[in-house]
Amino acid sequence: MIKPSLGERIFDFFNVVVMVLMIILTLYPMLYILFSSLSEGNKLISFNGILLWPQGFSLEGYKAVLSNPTILSGFKNTLFILVVGLGFNMTLTSLGAYFLSREGVMLQKPIMFFIVFTMFFQGGLVPFFLIVKSYGLLDSLWSLILPTAVSTFNLIIMRTYFMAIPKELEESAFLDGAGHFTILFRIFIPLSMPVVAVLILYYGVGHWNSWFNAMIFLRDQQLFPIQLVVRNIILENDNASMLGTTTLIQSRDVAETLKYAAIIVTTAPILLLYPFLQKYFVKGVMVGALKG
Amino acid sequence: MLKTRLGKDLLRNKWLYVMILPVVIYYVLFHYVPLYGTIIAFKQFVPAKGILGSDWVGLKHFEDFFSSIYFFRVIKNTVLLSFFNLLLGFPAPIILALLLNELKSPIFRRITQTITYMPHFITLVVVAGIIRYFTLSDGLLNDVIAFFGGERISFLQQPESFRPIYIISEIWQQIGWGTIIYLAAITGIDQQQYEAAKMDGANKLQQIRHVTLPGILPTIMIMLILSLGNIMNVGFEKIILLYSASIYETADVISTYVYRKGILEFSYSYSAAVGLLNSVINFTILLLANSFSKRASKNSLW
Repeated sequence: MIKPSLGERIFDFFNVVVMVLMIILTLYPMLYILFSSLSEGNKLISFNGILLWPQGFSLEGYKAVLSNPTILSGFKNTLFILVVGLGFNMTLTSLGAYFLSREGVMLQKPIMFFIVFTMFFQGGLVPFFLIVKSYGLLDSLWSLILPTAVSTFNLIIMRTYFMAIPKELEESAFLDGAGHFTILFRIFIPLSMPVVAVLILYYGVGHWNSWFNAMIFLRDQQLFPIQLVVRNIILENDNASMLGTTTLIQSRDVAETLKYAAIIVTTAPILLLYPFLQKYFVKGVMVGALKG
Repeated sequence: MLKTRLGKDLLRNKWLYVMILPVVIYYVLFHYVPLYGTIIAFKQFVPAKGILGSDWVGLKHFEDFFSSIYFFRVIKNTVLLSFFNLLLGFPAPIILALLLNELKSPIFRRITQTITYMPHFITLVVVAGIIRYFTLSDGLLNDVIAFFGGERISFLQQPESFRPIYIISEIWQQIGWGTIIYLAAITGIDQQQYEAAKMDGANKLQQIRHVTLPGILPTIMIMLILSLGNIMNVGFEKIILLYSASIYETADVISTYVYRKGILEFSYSYSAAVGLLNSVINFTILLLANSFSKRASKNSLW
């Protein structure tokens, strides 16, 4: 082992300094929201400067969030979209990936082209909106499930994974009398758990975080998914109407912390989960990018 | 009919075709029918008459767009925002990946990675919220400016601050995530090349320049083609969450204009025409970038 030269040590030192700076810059905005959500509303409003700790301590914002009917129905709707949507996502994606990974099927190449083409050329927002509307999906949670039932990117990830499964497995299953559905669901899927996990995470995060389709397809507040509710709270200062009977001054204080608490409550689940799932996510990025 | 080759194949693989059928139906219903729906760009679409029944108007909507006062503004904003985003946002993860790769402590590297990936998972709704709270006239950024004796500015109301806000927040959210693919590419570089470089007396920076960078160049090229192919689709969800009439001057891009005209003002045909134009430009850039890269470096998408 050669001793590191002076230049190398200076490089390493600056590298660590830069990385620590990166960590601070990444974390601070999130901590700021967390501190604000735990502060007392009136103290937070009068506070100026860099927030390094909650101002006072109060859970009023969280209480308001967790007792708010719009937010609760938002969670309920998002949960429905997540569960039913994931069902559609995973079923269709596995079927498509299985078909596209088989050998010696004549229409496979044209169908592959037919699918991949949609990644590069889209009809645009307005025709998409009008078509979904013409199917009668407006003001229905199905408008958030059916139009996004398959992601081409995810389909290709799964196909790549399926293609790497040894052909002999499939052949011997055939000899034992298994059909394609049995092979897919009894052999391929169990063998592909890492990629199944990746796709559930990708689709799941997608459903959890999405709001735009909900904004254009839904009018009925009862149907709004959680992110659309949060958007209305933080971007339109629509919180006075959500607080009900409290007096004006009280509600201004609570409103101030409610929006931060709403952010934490809807973001924390993913941020807390993802470090444990990180390796799967990372695997997905790599499989997807190498053979895109 | 079943005597033809295709007929035989359909029969032999019928269960496979049964499996792909729902997927094909999905793509037809939600991708190809909307693609077909873009013909309303050449019609005067009236909801009561439907897509087929509406009257043809030829290129009228395109001409309207070309001659509208918004044409130049939205094209300019789209191109500028994309250009700066590419110029600053594209190299950022490459630089971070190179630095992460040089970190001595594997634990510190893992921590840094885990933390810098995080913002990728935050929904744009929340990112927009954070941006808003930070840039308010009594927000954090202004508190700092005021502390140093500066003037408080309502950044999100100022046309000239929109582009920096957009690009900085974009880098904040995506830099860590973008490093994954480059770090994977770096892992694939043959260690012997580093040994050889060290023997020749290369220092850290020279090793990065002459070994690591050339090693990940194919990956960089593919990522560049993909970003170029998306250049006209600057993150419109984020813009919609952030902008307001007072900054349309710099923030209004083609896709937000399409959204306002089409979804909010019901000018369906006109905004379909603008959207179609956008798709065509995008696709053309992708084809050009791909064929250029194929010729220059043998890296291509197909």
